[in-house]
This record gives sequence, structure tokens and C-alpha cells, in this order.
Amino acid sequence: MTDEELIWRISGGSGDGIASTSQNFAKALMRSGLDVFTHRHYPSRIRGGHTYTEIRAASEPVKSRGDGYNFLLALGDSFARNPQEEALYGNEEIKPLSENLDELREGGVIVYDEGLLDASEIPDFDERAEENGWHVYPLDLRGLAREQGREVMRNTAGVGATCALIGMELSYVEDLMRDAMPEKILEPNLEILNIAYEQVLDEHDVDAHDVKIPTGEHEEEQLLMSGSDAIAYGAIDEGCRFISGYPMTPWTEVFTIMCQNLPKLGGISEQVEDEIAAAALAVGASHAGVKAMSGSSGGGFALMSEPLGLAEMTETPVVLLEAMRAGPSTGMPTKPEQSDLEHVLYTSQGDSQRVVLAPGTVEEAYEQSRLAFRIAYEYQIPVVLLYDQKLGGELMNVPRAAFDQDPNPDLYHTLTEEELADQPHSPDGKFHRFQHDVENGVTPRSLPGQKGGRYLASGNEHDPTGHISESPDNRVAQIDRRAQKLAAIRADLDTESTQSHHGPEDADYGIMTFGSQQGTVEEAVDVLNDAGHSVKSLGVSDMLPFPSEEVEAFIESVDEVLVVEMTASGQFRGLVQKNLGRHGEKLSSLLKYNGNPFEPAEIVDGFEAVIIEDGMDDPAHQTTFVPAAGD
Amino acid sequence: MSAFSAINEEREIDRDEYPPGVEPQPTWCPGCGDFSVLKALKQALPEVGRTPEETLLCTGIGCSGKLNSYLDTYGFHTLHGRSLPVARAAKLANPGLEVIAAGGDGDGYGIGAGHFIHSARENHDMTYIVFNNEIFGLTKGQTSPTSPKGHKSKTQPSGSAKQPLKPLSLALKAGASYVARTAAVNPNQAKEILIEAIEHDGFAHVDFLTQCPTWNKDARQYVPYIDVNDSDEYDFDKTDSVEAAQMMHETEEALHEGKVLTGRYYVDEDRPSYGQEKRALGEMPEEPLAERYWDDDYEWERSHDLFLDKHA
Repeated sequence: MTDEELIWRISGGSGDGIASTSQNFAKALMRSGLDVFTHRHYPSRIRGGHTYTEIRAASEPVKSRGDGYNFLLALGDSFARNPQEEALYGNEEIKPLSENLDELREGGVIVYDEGLLDASEIPDFDERAEENGWHVYPLDLRGLAREQGREVMRNTAGVGATCALIGMELSYVEDLMRDAMPEKILEPNLEILNIAYEQVLDEHDVDAHDVKIPTGEHEEEQLLMSGSDAIAYGAIDEGCRFISGYPMTPWTEVFTIMCQNLPKLGGISEQVEDEIAAAALAVGASHAGVKAMSGSSGGGFALMSEPLGLAEMTETPVVLLEAMRAGPSTGMPTKPEQSDLEHVLYTSQGDSQRVVLAPGTVEEAYEQSRLAFRIAYEYQIPVVLLYDQKLGGELMNVPRAAFDQDPNPDLYHTLTEEELADQPHSPDGKFHRFQHDVENGVTPRSLPGQKGGRYLASGNEHDPTGHISESPDNRVAQIDRRAQKLAAIRADLDTESTQSHHGPEDADYGIMTFGSQQGTVEEAVDVLNDAGHSVKSLGVSDMLPFPSEEVEAFIESVDEVLVVEMTASGQFRGLVQKNLGRHGEKLSSLLKYNGNPFEPAEIVDGFEAVIIEDGMDDPAHQTTFVPAAGD
Repeated sequence: MSAFSAINEEREIDRDEYPPGVEPQPTWCPGCGDFSVLKALKQALPEVGRTPEETLLCTGIGCSGKLNSYLDTYGFHTLHGRSLPVARAAKLANPGLEVIAAGGDGDGYGIGAGHFIHSARENHDMTYIVFNNEIFGLTKGQTSPTSPKGHKSKTQPSGSAKQPLKPLSLALKAGASYVARTAAVNPNQAKEILIEAIEHDGFAHVDFLTQCPTWNKDARQYVPYIDVNDSDEYDFDKTDSVEAAQMMHETEEALHEGKVLTGRYYVDEDRPSYGQEKRALGEMPEEPLAERYWDDDYEWERSHDLFLDKHA
């Protein structure tokens, strides 16, 4: 499919500008009219280590990183450690080239910086290149950049060489550089870009290979955006003006965007001593009448467990983010996984209640970030937005129009002083904040500083004024009322489903997933149907309260279902069975937990082996198969 | 017009707004020092002109955490050790509120010690009262962070091997701009110190010695006490952090030798509060953020208009 899509991988070391170079190039490809999707792979260290970013570009919509790739730009790792082969981490200097060969497609192109990389250090490099029909272009990118006085601009030289080889006009890249670079470095970069471009055209046969830029056109303006961007913008548009947090990968991305933007909006951001404080501050700000959020990743979210329960018990609206990474414990900080699902659903003591939403795409991240605030404030309940390193960090193009929506600063069910005067009060003047019999379980609140609104918010069980109470009748009334909110939220969410259905409605087989794997699953479904299978998919976003009816209908409509998730223990499949109470015999699992997200082909292969051939003896790739009950 | 008309209201405050009799009756033991904190607070608040509806009292968990069950202000009974982060955010969200946080020595100096240090460091404009009885009371008498070395309890059967934590010194080093110690047996001083602490524009830490007649019978009733500001025996400048540190050290050493020293130890009127610092940096609005949600004329910003161009 080399004539239909370009999957360009740029590799090097952390700190070598891989991220910014690739972001600019992705935007250039988008501006040329293509749909784009990026995938980041990076280690948990500041300098050096094997890092790459892939950009997939095609004239058709792209929803995943794709399968393998077809163009490698291997730069040197300026910060490589342990150059001896016997060292624990191996010879890092050659990794930008050596580590990236396995996934390069047949007929692919390799450009490597021969000023820093020596291909002869890689065993059988020439043989492999010949076997796979790779087209190899060793270029002295460092030397070229150095001649212009800026060795660090070898990335730009690599982009110039790429453009020459794939037949891309430089103007898109030049325009972007003008937008993104300060005057001082702009001129030498433009020069290096052009020199590299011309040199490759002059000295190499650029038509010896088939990896060319596709052509496309967008009907409406597109933006290049990550899930983290979308979540932050959703919060801002919903009137969130307070964030508290503590840095942790990958949640730090949203935290950073909010910290940079909130002051411009007269909002407040707080970096605090730990995640317990972070969540408690968000609760405190919301209690005082401001729309507030906090968040973290696995370990940090564990510390938020108690404030989460406090928010539930005191019915304080709050939105918490959980950006999953591979666990347990510190796990693999920069690698995606979905294995915090059960942690987020069940953490915190008692029969505590919360809402958990797991968006599947960048656009859904924006929509569901807004939805999280709407539900939190309308029902006075904590809402957790669950996503992962993949959705948070990958960039894709989305239509600008998707964000052209009205802001919503509504606090919902918060009384004015006038309204408070008509509410029930105790003889001592305390407002009945926690009334027993109310519609949907939601009882209107007052805010500190309002006249006529005094009450006690308490994590202890409490009576209507908030006073601590262990009366059995009150206890049952309050627990039942709070639980009622979940049912009301389910009914509310059912008015406009956030689940994503894909493929022919009358398909024989189903694939189910949640969160960030949705796009990859949908591409696999397309491939399977093209190959003559009859498959549809369901990407579930509502984790709690669970959309049981919709999921039940999906499972009922097919013969068998493959559940795809990035966990080792099949947590999502377990959640489905817990909520539906049956269908164990119909659900098998395809799991992946090696630190990399699924590629569509892995799901295609998994489906064919598991569903069609009835079991996977020798799992392809690094995926794991768990059969349905009774199989 | 403010949506929070109880804040900064120009009116005389009737002492009855903080009724001396309380209903429901506190569940504290007879003779408990906690009664004195409640009483001193009920006297101090009307004296500084703060009404119940413009005051938010955030408490932790323990006997002390029930303080806001018996005070008719807005209250937030939070988590063990977490009154400060909740209180800090409420103050940032609506700076017009009079925010007071309170908890015990286990709550503030043990499980919540990190928040104590950072709240002092940031110098939030609030009062933090720690009921220090040198014991875990509600859980029935375990050794606490301020229990003296050698203190025996069911969980430290051979006696504590740990030095007690020195709360005054810690508050000073962390950056609190007002540090005082008072005692339940000294109601006049307690009231005066609380008045000063509430009026102070910064983080005011009051270590309040509250005898526990049930679980800490060994400790005396914190009598006789000496006010270091009034006594001829002591001479130090409470605006000088070096002299204050020395006086605190002496006080904290003396407590377990039978000498109860109290008073104002450190007062820095010049240091800007956290809110002032943030506003100076442009990181906090001049108008209380909580008011904005009630302003019908406010044009709420959209990401579409402000932030999307860089993604195009």
C-alpha cells in the first residue's frame, strides 16, 4: 500500500528535537491536504535513549498508527550512553538505525545520518536491505548542517532530504518553519532545508523507490491536535478555571496546557505538594463555587483515592483525569496501557459512587471532557476522565468546526441567595443541603459566603443539614438518594450515546474495545470486511455507569465477540460480564501489554486465528489470547 | 452586585450569632481542652467582625475535627490530615471568605505534615489551629507525633523511641508568618491570639495545647503556664526570626520538663500573602473567581477563539 500512504518514522535520542521536528512535519503534511496520525515511542529519561515518532499520512481518514512503516529517517543519538556492546543497555549509538529495522516494510526507504551512524556496525545490514528491497540513502546530515554553522539543525537537513525523496514541495515545510521558528534560527534552517533538498535531487535517484507522498484535499479547515489538547480545551470551554496537580507522566501534558492558559483567562492553576493535596484542592475550590479539576496517572491517582471518596460523600462536583501508563507500581512511565481501569472504577472505600468516561479519539476527548464537567456539576458527583499515554500524546487532524461551540459555565443546582430563602432550614438557621426526597437524587447546594446557606459538608454520614448522623433511617435514605444519581446519569447519557459503532449493522461477528484502541479496532474491522469477513465493532466510552442495554444489544446481535484491550488480565471483558451477568461463553480476549499499542494487523490476525480458526495456538506478535468461557 | 452578600457586610455583629449554648452538645469528654478552642473562637470571630456566613471552617478528623459541628459557620469536615489543601483552595477561589483550618496533632503534624509545611511555605492568608494534646484521643490513646520520647501506649508498649516533633520551630522554618502557642487553660490569651491570627494577612499557625483528660492523664493540665511576651524572664523580639527560633526551641524543650511556655513567637507583617503574590504575577484574578459564575455580563472565553490557531 506504499502508493496510498506514507508512514514516516524519525528516530534519534531524547533531547534531539525528534518531537518538535515531527510535529512540524505532521502539520506540513496536514496542510498539504492529507489526514495524519502520529505515534510516539520514547524512554523515561531526559537525554538519550531510543526514541522515535511516526507520522502516518494518507488521503483517506487515518485512525491509528497503521501497520509497520515505510520511510525511516535515522538521526544520531547525541546523548547515547554505554557504547560498549556488553553494556546493559547495549550500544545506544547505533540504535536509531538498528532498533527500527524490524518494522520497516518491504520496499521501504532508509535515510540515515552517516555523519553519526555506521551501518556496518549492524550485523547483516546490507543483506537485510537487499532481502527486503529497502532503498538506503546514507547522507552526511550532520556535516551538511555543520557547514551552515549549526550542527543541531541536522533534523532540518533530514526533513529536506525526506521531501526530495517522497516528492513533497518544500513550501509547506517552509511556511511552517516561518510560523514556528524565531527569526534568529529561521534563516539557517531554511537554508539547510533547501541545500539538503537540492543535494538529494542532484546526487540521488529519487525515483528508485515507490514511497511517495499521497495527494489529498480537505473540505474544511483541519487542526493538528492531541488528546491532551482536546481534554484541556474541553475543560476551558466548560468554564473550568481552576486546576491543581503534581507532575507525572503522561498526565503532565494536560496539566501543562492548563497552567499555561488559565492565567490568560483569569483562572488559577496550582502545582502542589502531592496528589492528595491536588485532589483535595480541586474539591475545596469547587466547594467554594468554582469549576475545578485535578488529575494524575496511575500512582498519583492512587493518592487521590480518599479525596475522590470525600467528593462523592460531600456531593462536591469535581473532574479528575487519569492518564494511564503501564503499571503496576512505577511500571513503564512512558508506555501506554489500559490496566488502570479497575483501579479507577473501584478505588476508595465504601459503596462510593463516581462516573468514569473513556474517550476513544481526539474529538471524543474534547466532547467527553465537556461531558465530564456537565455531569459532575449537574449531578454533584466526581467524574473521572480515563485515557492513556496513547490518546494523550498522539496527534491527529480534526476539523476546526468541532470546537466551534458555545461555552458553558453553568454551575447547575446551585442556589442564589433569593432561592435559598425559600429552602428548608433548621431552627438554628442551617440550610438543608442534603434533603432526602429529591428528584434524581440531586439536592441543590449553597456556597460559602452566601446568606442563608450555612451547612456542614462532611465525609461522615450526615443528616439533611450536614451534621454527623449514624441514624439507620437517615443512613438508608442518604445512601439510596446518592445511588439514585447514577441511575439518573445513565438515563441522561442514553439520550445521546457516546459509544462508537462501526461496520455493517448485520455483521456476524463483533469486536469490542474501550478508550484509545477504538480507532485501531475500526481500521481492523474495515480490513476484515474488505477481506470477506462479516465484522462490526463497538468502542465503549461509558465505563460507569455502564451502558448495559447498548452493549447487550451488540453482543446479542452477533455470534461471537473478540474483546480487545491493553491489559494483561482482561479487565474490560470482566467489566462487561459483571454488568451483563452473562455472555461469558461468547467473549474471548485479545490482550497486549508489551508497552506498545495495537496495530490494526495484530487485531486482524487475532480475529482470524481466534474467531475463524477457533483458537490461537501460537500467538502472532506480542498479543495474548484468552478463550471464552467453556472453550 | 455580589452573589455572596455575607462577605464584607458592613454591620454590627451580634454575639448571639455564635450562641454560647450549643446544640447538639459536643461529644467531647468532660474537662477536654477542645471546649476552650470552641469558646475562644466564638469570642474571637465576632470581635474581628466576622459573621458565620462569611466564615468557612475546614477541619480534619479526630476529636478536633468535630469543631465545625458545634460552630454555626459554613463548615467542611474533610479527611484525616487534609483540612489545609481544601481550605487553601476555597480561599483562592473566593478570597473574601474568612478561612480557618483546624485539626489535631496527629492530623496536622503526622498524616498531614506535608500540607502543613507547604501551606506555611506558601503563606496562605488563613488561620490554622492545631489542637495539640500530645496523644491520639479518638482512637483511644496511641502515641502521637508530639508525644514525649519514652511515651508508653498500647502501640508503643516499650515507650516511644522518637523525639517529639517541634511544631513551632517547624512552622517558622517552613515559612509561616505568624506563629503562636496558647493553652486551653488560658482562655483570655487564647482569645487574643486567635483574634491576632485571624486578622493576620498570611499563614497564622496557632499551636493550641488542649489537655486530654481521658487518654493523656500523665500530661498535666498545661498549668502553670507562662506568657513569654509578658514575663520578665524572657526577652526576645518576635519580629526577628533568629530570636524567635531560639525562643521556640527553649519553649519546646521546656514543655517536657514541666514548664509550659506560651505566647506569640513570630510575627512578620511585611511578607505578602500567597494570594497577593499570585495576583502580582498575574496568576490570580483581582475579582474573586467564585463571583464570575454569577456575573451575567461576563463573556466566557472559548478555546476556539483563543487557542486553536497554533494547531492549524
